[in-house]
Amino acid sequence: MGALNIRGIRKSFGPVDILKGIDIEVEAGEFLILVGPSGCGKSTLLNMIAGLDTPTTGSIHIGDRDVTWLPSKDRDIAMVFQSYALYPNMSVAENIAFALEMRKVPKPERDAAVQRVAAMLQIGHLLDRKPGALSGGQRQRVAMGRALARDPKLFLFDEPLSNLDAKLRVEMRAEIKLLHQRTRTTTVYVTHDQVEAMTLGDRIAVMKDGLVQQFGTPDDIYSRPATRFVAEFIGSPAMNMITAQRGAAGVLSKGVELATNDAQRQALRSGGAELVYGLRPEDLVFADDGLPGTLTMIEPTGPETYLTAETAVGKLTARVPGNAHRRVGDRVHLRWAAEQAHLFDAAGGQRLA
Amino acid sequence: MNRLTIHRVLLWAVLLLFAAWFLTPMYVMVVTSLKDMAQVRDGSLLSLPTDPGLASWAKAWSGACTGTDCRGLQPYFINSLAMAIPAVAISTLIGSLNGYVLSKWKFRGSEFMFALLLFGVFMPMQVVLLPMSQILGWLGIASSLYGLILVHVVAGIPSTTLFFRNYYIGLPDELIKAAMLDGASFWQIFRRIVLPLSTPIMVVTLIWQFTNIWNDFLYGVVFSGADSKPITVGLNNLANTSSSVKEYNVDMAAALIAALPTLFVYIVAGKYFVRGLTAGAVKG
Amino acid sequence: MSAPSALRTPWLPKLVVAPSFIVSFCFIYGLIAWNGYLSLSASRLLPNYEFVGFEQYALLWESERFHVALSNMAIFGSLFIGGAMALGLLLAILLDQKIRAEGVLRTIYLYPMAISFIVTGTAWKWMLNPGLGLEHLMHQWGFESFVFDWLINPDKAIYCVAIAGVWQSAGFVMALFLAALRGIDDSIIKAAQVDGASLPRIYWRIIIPSLRPVFFSTLMVVSHLAIKSLDLVMALTAGGPGFATDLPATFMYAMAFSRGQIGLGAASATVMLAMVAAIVVPYLYSELRVKK
Repeated sequence: MGALNIRGIRKSFGPVDILKGIDIEVEAGEFLILVGPSGCGKSTLLNMIAGLDTPTTGSIHIGDRDVTWLPSKDRDIAMVFQSYALYPNMSVAENIAFALEMRKVPKPERDAAVQRVAAMLQIGHLLDRKPGALSGGQRQRVAMGRALARDPKLFLFDEPLSNLDAKLRVEMRAEIKLLHQRTRTTTVYVTHDQVEAMTLGDRIAVMKDGLVQQFGTPDDIYSRPATRFVAEFIGSPAMNMITAQRGAAGVLSKGVELATNDAQRQALRSGGAELVYGLRPEDLVFADDGLPGTLTMIEPTGPETYLTAETAVGKLTARVPGNAHRRVGDRVHLRWAAEQAHLFDAAGGQRLA
Repeated sequence: MNRLTIHRVLLWAVLLLFAAWFLTPMYVMVVTSLKDMAQVRDGSLLSLPTDPGLASWAKAWSGACTGTDCRGLQPYFINSLAMAIPAVAISTLIGSLNGYVLSKWKFRGSEFMFALLLFGVFMPMQVVLLPMSQILGWLGIASSLYGLILVHVVAGIPSTTLFFRNYYIGLPDELIKAAMLDGASFWQIFRRIVLPLSTPIMVVTLIWQFTNIWNDFLYGVVFSGADSKPITVGLNNLANTSSSVKEYNVDMAAALIAALPTLFVYIVAGKYFVRGLTAGAVKG
Repeated sequence: MSAPSALRTPWLPKLVVAPSFIVSFCFIYGLIAWNGYLSLSASRLLPNYEFVGFEQYALLWESERFHVALSNMAIFGSLFIGGAMALGLLLAILLDQKIRAEGVLRTIYLYPMAISFIVTGTAWKWMLNPGLGLEHLMHQWGFESFVFDWLINPDKAIYCVAIAGVWQSAGFVMALFLAALRGIDDSIIKAAQVDGASLPRIYWRIIIPSLRPVFFSTLMVVSHLAIKSLDLVMALTAGGPGFATDLPATFMYAMAFSRGQIGLGAASATVMLAMVAAIVVPYLYSELRVKK
């Protein structure tokens, strides 16, 4: 029995189905990520776990308690909101202690909890301030402190880093990860940012249109994406997608034969004639022979350079470390290994090989 | 450059002209109230008193005749206070609770009910006068202060609810959600989080309600009895008594006495007064 | 959304608003219906629930006094509404020109709204007093032949009511328009200036058209003030001379409470309600529909 069990959750709003059947089991102490584009249902699912919304059918268990219809305060969970939702009229210390106050915890214990949390998050010097006098990063920490003080069975995060600027986001991401390593509380974290998903999660559920497209470790998701959507969603720059057809001897796209190995050709027989051939940018290398093309765009990022080339099969983006020492307009040749290709059915998007 | 200056001069002239027009009645009231009737007749509307005195004020307060009674405006002033203060407090409190529910705890049909309630802000009071007198009679509080207070409270609920509901909609929902997760109940959320954040709208509503209730005439004249007439009724009676000689200076002093409380509130908290007006008329 | 279902006691929010909603609905709709029934009854001095159909309305229609009240409503209404809206808009535009004393001027223009219509009526009654008021002042200033007896002139008295009404309410209109003017995006105006438009043109073609929503909501509030006005007339002219300055509101009061004609009073109140509803209901409907 996992720490959190989501079984058969469906949610409809009249004729519209927001969640079409979600099944996820989370182990104790695990950091689960719910990631997907806006409208995929991840926030709705999180609200149901929190008790702020109810499903049409299905159940949610925390430990072995069925909490599907329990009000929030009985579920022993804490949540960090996107806007932090700190109480503006109370000081930081009062904000952190509020939940304990609602549980009628006596004052000395409340104060001790506040001190403990403040030390952990290094916000001891902010305890008397009001939220209005804090910076974005400080508010984030106070929001986490408020959740920590409860010592709950489950942590929920609803896109907590979206309101921070890029640099701060990287810093806070690391803090959240460190915090999880220390407290080992089961966590569900919602985000639309795939970098956060990959760096923070123990396991990731990629969602689209109310369904989980793939549920696995970051490595699973990255190296063996289950659908075309997952493949394009995770990884930046996105995977190169080449429309192709299954030919007698292999895979053809606009007359060019694309490399395939036996296992792939075997798997292809079960799919349709139309397929999509995917290549990650880092799997493309520049060589003296291979697919010819002309460089149309060069984007240096510092540690790497992204190069886009116009080829017979379409635009392909490659990724090389360091400076590429090339110029727009150069004629290049691209090469890759067949094993590195990801093959998807063109119609349904599911992975073939 | 010259054209610009002429434009500005014209602008200022028009603005000042209107300012004078708006201020003139107030000036006339003050000036007339400080004269005795001889000065009133000898002088003119705008002339300063040659021998200013507060005799009219004293008379307006405690000696002027309002119909058969000649006790001045004092009893009416007290009536208005006794009526306005409870009515303002109760209608504001009810409005805040209603606004809290309508903005943060919406249920099926609540928006529709709110829309129905809104009509109450605009409907003409004439339409409830007759039935209301009957009801107050049945309740045994016709012609009394309690009847007046009840009417003002009930008539004020649509406006106060509107103010608070529109304001609370601006409070982030996540604040309520966080409090729920922290284990706070419906009332605890209201007391610990929503109310402390309500100060601006509370002030606006209190001022708006006080001004309207203090200045009301219609309910005052219909639903009050001999000892419960508010100051607007008293003033009207005083100024319209066709007995003997018209004492215009006393009339003006009386008018000023009636106007002072709301004017005072306006001068002290005018900013909030404006906010109240715009909140009421420009929805959303 | 914090749905009541998320509470341990989901019925609590509904219970909290129920009393005041029930009371308010009874007050608003219940009493309107009751009043409507009274208008269809034979009530005179006391309520009499004998149903007489539209007899009271027929009496109303035949009443010369009511016709005077209606025509006064039209005159007063258009002058009051038109005057308050125009003056308010003008003052708002003028004050928008970055005047240094804006705060003081705004306070001056708006203070009449803080005082009762009774006070306003009393003050203006004195100022327009035929013997000792404006006329006397003009005589003192040398205009010997100036006559201003509008207040006691049956044909002209209603204009006095309109003047006092505009005095009271123009500041309110100004406050609303000023707030709206302040809300207009500066960059649109700057773009127009760069395009070479002169200030009056900018006002005419860009700013005033964008005031349309505020214009309608203000118009609605001022119109409903006009229809309801009783206090002002009572204090200024008491409906006189005779009933030359009667308005539907004063007519209703007179009929119901001093003439012992409750049925007639109720009928006139219903007519007033219909007038207000004709303006307010479409407006409320369109406002709330936009929200959805």
